[in-house]
Amino acid sequence: MTGDPLLTVAGVWKSFDEHSVLRGLDLQVGRHQAVVLIGASGSGKSTLLRCINALETVDAGTIVLDGTLDVTDPRADLDAVRRRIGIVFQSYNLFPHMTVLDNVTLAPRKVAGLTAARAAQEARDLLDRFGLAAKADEYPDRLSGGQSQRVAIVRALAMQPELMLFDEITSALDPLLVGEVLDAVRDLKAGGLTIVMATHEMGFAREVADQVCFLHDGVVLEHGPPDRIFNAPAEPATQEFLARVPA
Amino acid sequence: MTVRSPAPGTPVVYKDPERQALARGRARRNGLVGMGSLVAFVLVVGWLVVSTPGWPVVQETFFSPEQFAESFPQLLEAFWLNVRIFLVAEPLILVISLAIALVRTMRAPIFLPLRVMATVFVDVFRGVPTILVIFLLGFGVPALRLQGVPNSPVFWGTVALILSYSAYVAEVFRAGIGSVHPSQRMASRSLGLSTFQTNRYVVLPQAVRNVVPPLLNDFISLQKDTALVSVLGPIEILRQAQIDASSTFNYTPYVAAACIFLALTIPMTRFADWVQGRMARRQRAGGVA
Repeated sequence: MTGDPLLTVAGVWKSFDEHSVLRGLDLQVGRHQAVVLIGASGSGKSTLLRCINALETVDAGTIVLDGTLDVTDPRADLDAVRRRIGIVFQSYNLFPHMTVLDNVTLAPRKVAGLTAARAAQEARDLLDRFGLAAKADEYPDRLSGGQSQRVAIVRALAMQPELMLFDEITSALDPLLVGEVLDAVRDLKAGGLTIVMATHEMGFAREVADQVCFLHDGVVLEHGPPDRIFNAPAEPATQEFLARVPA
Repeated sequence: MTVRSPAPGTPVVYKDPERQALARGRARRNGLVGMGSLVAFVLVVGWLVVSTPGWPVVQETFFSPEQFAESFPQLLEAFWLNVRIFLVAEPLILVISLAIALVRTMRAPIFLPLRVMATVFVDVFRGVPTILVIFLLGFGVPALRLQGVPNSPVFWGTVALILSYSAYVAEVFRAGIGSVHPSQRMASRSLGLSTFQTNRYVVLPQAVRNVVPPLLNDFISLQKDTALVSVLGPIEILRQAQIDASSTFNYTPYVAAACIFLALTIPMTRFADWVQGRMARRQRAGGVA
C-alpha cells in the first residue's frame, strides 16, 4: 500500500442482541484501491460496510476516513460522512415514486445544493456513461434488475463520493444480468475510485481486487493480493471456504 | 406511467379470430346471466316487501312522491351547510392528522412532550364517540362564555368533527409511514439526506400514496357524519328533514335526505375503488425489498 490509507478500520466491535458480528476487526483501504471482502454469509461483511457508512453505530473501535474524520465519533456530522462515502445495496432500494432521473438528482439537489438544471445535466451524463440514457424518465418498476442496480450505482456516484461501498450488489440479480453490473464496477475501478466491495463473485474478486480480505468470525482472518489468497490461502478456514464456493 | 398488464377482470384479447369470437361469446353470456340474476333478485325482494301487510302505510309515509318533491328543495338547500362543514373540515383534518402522525414517529428525546401529547390526543378522540365530542364541545364551550370565541353550534360541531377525525386519520397516516420499507429510509440517509429531508422527499410521498384508499374511505364517512352536527340545532339536512317530517307526520323527507347523501357518497366510493384498483396494479415497484 502506498501513501496513507483513505480508510482505516481499527478494532471495531459490533453486536446485535448479544450476538457479536464484528470482533475487533481491522482493515486498511488505500487510495484508488479496490478491496474485496469475501466470507460466508453472516461473517460480518454487510455489517462492516454499514458501519463504515455510519448506518450502524459501533460498540468499540474507530473508523477513520482520510486520516481525520472519525465516523464512529458521536459528534461526527453523519450527513457529511455519507456525502463522502457512497453505498449500493443488494436490493437496489431505488425510490419507486421517482423517475430514474429524480432518483439520481435528489441528493445532488437537496444535499449538495446543485441547481436542478445542473444536477440533471450531470445525472444524464452519468446515466449515459452507464448505458442508461434512455431510461432517465422511466420509473424504477420499468427497469430490469441489472438496470436498477446500475441506476443505484449512478445515484451513489452522483454525490461524487471518495469511497464507494458495494454490498453484494449482484446477489439479487438474475445470473444473466450480473455481467452488466460488474462491468459498471470495472469501469469505476479503472477510473480510480476507491472501492470496498462485499461479494460472492470470486472470479470478479480475483480480477478487480487489489486486496482480498477473508472475513471469518467477525475479523479479517486473512488478507492479501487475490493471487495469493485464491491460490495459496494460509488459513484452514480460508481454504475450506474457497473449496466450497464456485470459482 | 403506463401499465404493463391488463387490470384483473378486463377481457383478454386474442389475435386468433376464432378464439376471439369464443371469448366474446362467453363474455356476452356471462353478462346476460349476471344481469338476469340481478333483475330476478330485485324483483323477488321487491315483491316480498310490497306484499307485506304494512306496505301501503309505509309507502305513504316513507315514499310519498308529493312529499318528496315538496321537501326536496329545502333539503338540498340545507345540505349546502353539510357540504360547507365537510369542505372546511377535510383540509384541516389532513393537515392536523399528518402533523400528529409525524410527531408520533419522531424518536428524538427532545420531542417526548410532543409525542406524549399526540398519543393522548389520539387515544382520547379516537376513544370517545364522535357524537359525544360534538355534544361536549357544542354545549360545553359556549357555556364557558369566553370572550372572542365563536359560540355558533356549527363552529363547535365542525371543530368536534375535525378533532375526532384527525385522531382517526392520524392513525391511517402512521400506518402509511410504517408501510414504507426501512431500506428506503436507509438508502436516503446513505445519500446524505437529513432525517427531515428523508421524511419529506422519500418516506411521506410513498406513505401518502399507500394510504389514499383508506383516506378516501374516511372522507366518505366524514361526509355522512356532518349530519351529527344536527344534534346541536343548526339547520343542516338531517335537522331540516326532521322539521319537515314532524310538521307533516310523513317520513319521506328522511328518504329524500338519504338520496341526497347517496348522490354525493356513491360517486366518491366509486372514485375510491378506482384509485385502489389503479394502486394495486402499480404495487410492484422499486426493487427486491
